[in-house]
Parts: sequence; C-alpha cells; structure tokens
Amino acid sequence: MDPLILARWQFAIVTVYHFFFVPLTLGLSVAIAIMETIYVKTGDETYLKMTKFWGKLFLINFAIGVATGIVQEFQFGMNWSEYSRFMGDIFGAPLAIEALLAFYLESTFLGVWIFGWKKLSKGAHATVMWLVAIGSNLSALWILIANSFMQEPVGYALRHGRAEMTNFFALVGNPNVWVQWPHVFFAAMSTASFFMIGIAAYHLLKKSKDLEVYQKSVKFAAIYGTIGVALVILNGHTQAQHMVETQPMKMAAAEALWETEQPASLSLFAIPSQSSQKDYLSIRVPRLLSLLAHNNFTSEVRGIKDIQEEYSQKYGPDNYIPPVFLSYWFFRIMVGVGFLMLIVILYLLIKSSKGDYNMKPSTLKWLIWTLLLPYIANSTGWLFTEVGRQPWVVFGLLKTKDSVSLATSGTEVFLSLAAYTILYAILIVVDVYLMKKYAVKGVTEIEY
Amino acid sequence: MDLNTVWFILIAVLFTGYFFLEGFDYGVGILLPFIAKDDLSRRVVINTIGPHWDGNEVWLLTAGGASFAAFPNWYATLFSGFYIALLLMLLALIARAVAFEYRSKDESPRWRNTWDWVIFFGSLLPAFLWGVAIANIIKGVPIDAHMTYVGGFFNLLNPYALSGGLAFVALFTLHGAIFLNLKTTNSLEEAAHKSAITWWWLALIFVVIFVVYSYFATDIFTRHGFNPGISAFIAAVALILAGVFVKAKSSGWAFVMTALTILFTVVTIFRGLYPRLMISSLNPEWNLTIYNASSSPYTLKVMTIVVAIFVPIVLAYQAWTYWIFRQRLSTKTELEY
Repeated sequence: MDPLILARWQFAIVTVYHFFFVPLTLGLSVAIAIMETIYVKTGDETYLKMTKFWGKLFLINFAIGVATGIVQEFQFGMNWSEYSRFMGDIFGAPLAIEALLAFYLESTFLGVWIFGWKKLSKGAHATVMWLVAIGSNLSALWILIANSFMQEPVGYALRHGRAEMTNFFALVGNPNVWVQWPHVFFAAMSTASFFMIGIAAYHLLKKSKDLEVYQKSVKFAAIYGTIGVALVILNGHTQAQHMVETQPMKMAAAEALWETEQPASLSLFAIPSQSSQKDYLSIRVPRLLSLLAHNNFTSEVRGIKDIQEEYSQKYGPDNYIPPVFLSYWFFRIMVGVGFLMLIVILYLLIKSSKGDYNMKPSTLKWLIWTLLLPYIANSTGWLFTEVGRQPWVVFGLLKTKDSVSLATSGTEVFLSLAAYTILYAILIVVDVYLMKKYAVKGVTEIEY
Repeated sequence: MDLNTVWFILIAVLFTGYFFLEGFDYGVGILLPFIAKDDLSRRVVINTIGPHWDGNEVWLLTAGGASFAAFPNWYATLFSGFYIALLLMLLALIARAVAFEYRSKDESPRWRNTWDWVIFFGSLLPAFLWGVAIANIIKGVPIDAHMTYVGGFFNLLNPYALSGGLAFVALFTLHGAIFLNLKTTNSLEEAAHKSAITWWWLALIFVVIFVVYSYFATDIFTRHGFNPGISAFIAAVALILAGVFVKAKSSGWAFVMTALTILFTVVTIFRGLYPRLMISSLNPEWNLTIYNASSSPYTLKVMTIVVAIFVPIVLAYQAWTYWIFRQRLSTKTELEY
C-alpha cells in the first residue's frame, strides 16, 4: 500500500468533510448575529425565536466543524511531514495565528453564548454572537492566507532547501487571498441562506405553528442569499480572471483547453481524455473564453500542451498536467450549481418582497432540496482548486509527491484513513439525524 | 536570550495552559460515569465544564500550531513519528467534542449513556497518551540522521512511557475532582470530595513512580547536575499540599495546588529537555534542538510580536468567562447541555 496515494485520499476525504460543516458555521453565525441584533434593537420576539431556532441547529453543526478541524491542523505534520519541513515558516505561522486570533475567540465566546442567556444583558449576549461570527470568519481568513501561498507563493525566499518567510505583509497581502477569502465568505452566506430556505420551506409546506417565524426566515434568507450568491458569482469571475494570469494550467484544465487558441472558445460540454490529450464530444462557443478571461473577443488563451512545454523548460522534465476531466467537471458543476442557486434565490427575493409565501406544495418540496445545492458547489469548488493545482502542492516550489511523511508506513496511513472514514460516517449520520429532528420540531418546542 | 529560547519557553507556556485547563476537563470526563449515576447528575457534571471545554481545547491547537510555526522540523518529526498515538488521540478528541454537544439532545437513556462513555474514553485517552508522548520525548526515541522517527508504534508503549501515561491520568483526574468539588453542591460536591481524596493518593503513587523512573530512564534531572532544580521541588510540595487542602475541604486552595503541580511539572520537563526538542536514542548528534528544528529568525520575530499582543488578550477574556460562570451548579440549575 503506497502511503502517498492513501495520504492523498485521506486528505481529500477529511478536508471535503470538514468543509461540509464550515461554510454553514461561517455564514450562519453572521446571520444569527444579525437576527439577534434586530431582536435587541426592535424587541420583535419573532427575531428572538429565529435566533434560538437557527441557533440550535447552528450548534449541532458547529460541533462537528470544530471536531474535524483538529484533524486538519495535525495532519500536515502527521501525513505531510516533508511539506511541513519545507513550508513551516510560511504555513505554520498563519495556522498558529488562526488559533490565537480566531479559534480562541469563536470557541470561548460560543461557550458564553450557549450558557450565558441569563447572565448577560440582551445587548451583551448579541455582541457575543458577533464575536463568534468574527472569530470563525477570521479563522477562514488565516487558513486561506496559508492556502493562497500554495496557489501563488509570495513574500518568501528559498534558503537552506526550504521556503523562508521574508515579508509577512506580502504573505497577508497576497492578491490570491483577497479574491479567495471573499469567495469563501460569500459561498458561506449562500450556504446559510439555502439551509434556512430548505428548512423554512418544510414548515411552510406543513403549515407549522409560528408560521411567521419561517416566513421571516425565508425573507431574511432571500436577502442574505441574494447578496451571497450574486457576489460569489461576481467575485468568482474576478478570481478566475486572476487565476488565468497566475495559474494558467489550472484554468486551461478547467476549460479542457488542450491547444492554445486565439481567440479562445468556451467549452459547454466535453469529455477530456488525459491520455489522448484531446476532448471527446466537445461543444465549444467561439470567442467567449477570451471574453471571460480578458474582457475582449480577440485575446489568446494558452492551452494545456503549451503550458506543459513551458513548465518542462522552467521546472525540469515532468508531467505538469493536472487531472483534466476532474478539473473540468468540478469547475463546471460548481459554476452550474451557482447559477441555479441564483435563479432560486432571485425567485424567493421577489416572492418574499411581495410578502407572498403561498407557493405551490410542489415548489416548496423542491425548495427543501435546494438546501443541498451549496454543499455541492462548496465541495466541487475546493476539489477543483486543489486538483487543478497538481502536481504541485506549492505551485512552482514543491510537488505533492515529495511532501509525504517518510516515517509513516502504508499500513499506518491505511489505518487512519479507515478510522477517519468510519468515524466520520457515523458522525454524519448522527448529525443529520439530530438536524432533522430539531429542524422538524420547529420553533415552538424551544424555550425562550 | 535568543528567539529560539524565547519560543521554547512560549511553547512550554502553551502546553502548560493546555494541561492546566484541559487537564480538569479530562478529569471531569474521566469521573463522569462513576461520580454521577443518574441523568440529572450527569448533566450537572457535564455542565460544569460546558462553557469552557472548547475554549480550553484551543490551547492544544495553539500549542500545535506554534510548534509548526516556530519549530517545523519538530512538528514534522513528532507528528509523523508518533502517528498512531496521535491518531488515537484525534479520534478520542473528535468523538468527545461531538459528545458534549449531542449528548442531551435526545431523550433516550441509551443515547445519553453511550455519549457519556464517549466522553469518558474521549477524556481518558488524550490524558493517557499525552503522558506517554511526553515520557517518550524526554526518554528519547529512535530518530535517524534525517530527523525521521524510525521506531514504529509499539516502541512508544514501553514501561517508562506507560508510567508517564498513568501519572498524567491520575494528576488530571485529581485536578478534575477538585474542580468538580468547587463547582457543584450537595451530594455531587460530597462525591467529588471523596474522589479527590482517592485520586490524590493515586496521583501521589503514580507521580512518584514516574519521577523515580525518570531518574533512571532519562537525563532530565541529572542533566543540569544531580539537583533536579527548584521547579521539581515546588511541584512536589504543591502536590502534597493539594492533598492537605483536599482533606481540609479547602477546595479552592487545593485547586491552586494541583494547578501549580501541573505548571511546575511542565517547567521541570522543559527545563530538563532544553535545548533539545526531541532526543534521539540512536545518536545524540541526531537530536532535534531549538536550533536545528526552528524556522527562520524572521518568522520567530513575527510570531513573537503576534503572541505578545494576543496571548494577554486571550487570557483576559478566558478569565472573564470563568468569572461569569463562577456559580456552583445544582440539580436545580437550568442546564444547557
């Protein structure tokens, strides 16, 4: 059993799993902080009920986010020791700062929020949720500073066979961070929004008691979600344009663009073949990729083969082409789901702004399922950006295959892979069970 | 004092904070199924650490993150080398974290009892494994010329390390019993008091075994001359005084004493280890030190500034949370967990 392959599978599984729970925490913490603030400012009890109801579900989700987060910090050392030796300066610092600034804040104050309803004034208690929200989102910022370096190394020098930090502000100011972090935050807003919509839709369908809580939640989620989805798409476009310049191979793979084209065509459908280096069943629209990439109809976009040639010259002979089929389809699914979310959220924005919550039962049933859309987009988004960077773990500096721990045997990694997979499978069943139980129970059962 | 030494001390501080705070969480979790026999009592016990356990656990994450940032080679060698031990610890911590939140969210007694045992094992394993890990670090393990651990898993379960594991478990359980004694009322307070007496004896026995064994298995006492140093002496006195205060039902002072025991034990260990981070049992030339395992001076400087600003802030607000939740819990208290 090859430790490298097993370690890669493990990293993918535990990280995607972690990122099921994190976006909801990031987006819903802010949403609940807003709801509780509205309650404090207006005294409208509906917002208190919303705070408590969505808060309960938030806690069920948060627990697994935190629990699976510990694995994340440890696994760089456990499975990727050679990466850690190479990148310690640059990756370790943001991770430590993440703990110091963000984890302490969110974990400490969440404890206060849960237990402090009777001990703090209304305003103080709402402030506490803001601290949780800020803490979680700062956490995202710092881990993305670390990840952004992997996509686009800045502020470093190669010394003593490792990457040493030379400029902390360059690391934090990495342009990649400032297209990537907003993208994750807006995706989180979208996740929280559809979570609320899916569950509220259930109650609208069942005509549950306290109907106005669910109606107000739909309205809240529609506004919150419109901002989230619209901005995730717009920002995503900016991010993609940035990546065309800084990670051209990844974007060429995203477009299954094997040959350089000028002007460049946009692919609507393709079955890329890694071995033949061409696309089967390819449907392309002329000039549109030039438009998306460079805002004109005439520019050149470099293809996979040419970039491969360039990298072989620059970095030495090797295969620099990431898995194209996966890159292409992960990217496409993410974007497609994003636009589907846009349609749904705009529909709800219109309905709720008119105060019209009388939707057909079949519509409400579909709306329940839209809860899953952001999960698909979040996962495919991360899978795209990490798969598309291969064979690099740090672009241009270190390859994934050179990063794995030398001390860990295939057997050990197999054991951990099996253990995490089994434990995580149990936890997600338990999580969904509890979520469903409390989502369905609704507001009326909660004391406030 | 160079930055590498400063960071050695800071890592020790972070581990001290972790053991002091999570120490009583683990102790409470270990006592849970035994000290509380009915659902309501169990809920009271869990709720004593309810507001705090997550913020306490972050000390572990900060210690780990800081190790990565300041001494990446140490982080890499330790975490990849002690792989199975860390895996077991992670599984325990993950399950425990979920257990706290999920335990009372279903009414079924079987559901609740299962999660209570998850809390138990989720507290016992990390406490034990940290003792094993630290014992192995100060004893020395097979590390080759490339800073790679070459010892396998079972090598870590040597008798010396096991004695370390038992010492940590006993000390944390004592610490937890005293904490429970401070935070509960009536029958639970009484039960915690009795536990504290029992566990004080156990802690004394296992710590003495571990300390005596350390004279023979390691060089941490003898390294700086035969005198183990004032820190070891204070730790010993504190542990004894803890017992005195427990007997006298002065649980506040007893808690201070176990806190001091933990603090000065960590100080003694790190002092004996300095300037090494991991000892190679194969060849002293292959030790990891604060010089050959560290990141660049620039990174150490940046991190020092960040820590200097934020650790005091964190300490302040964490202390505040203990203050606002200082009330003792009874079976009449409204319980969130």
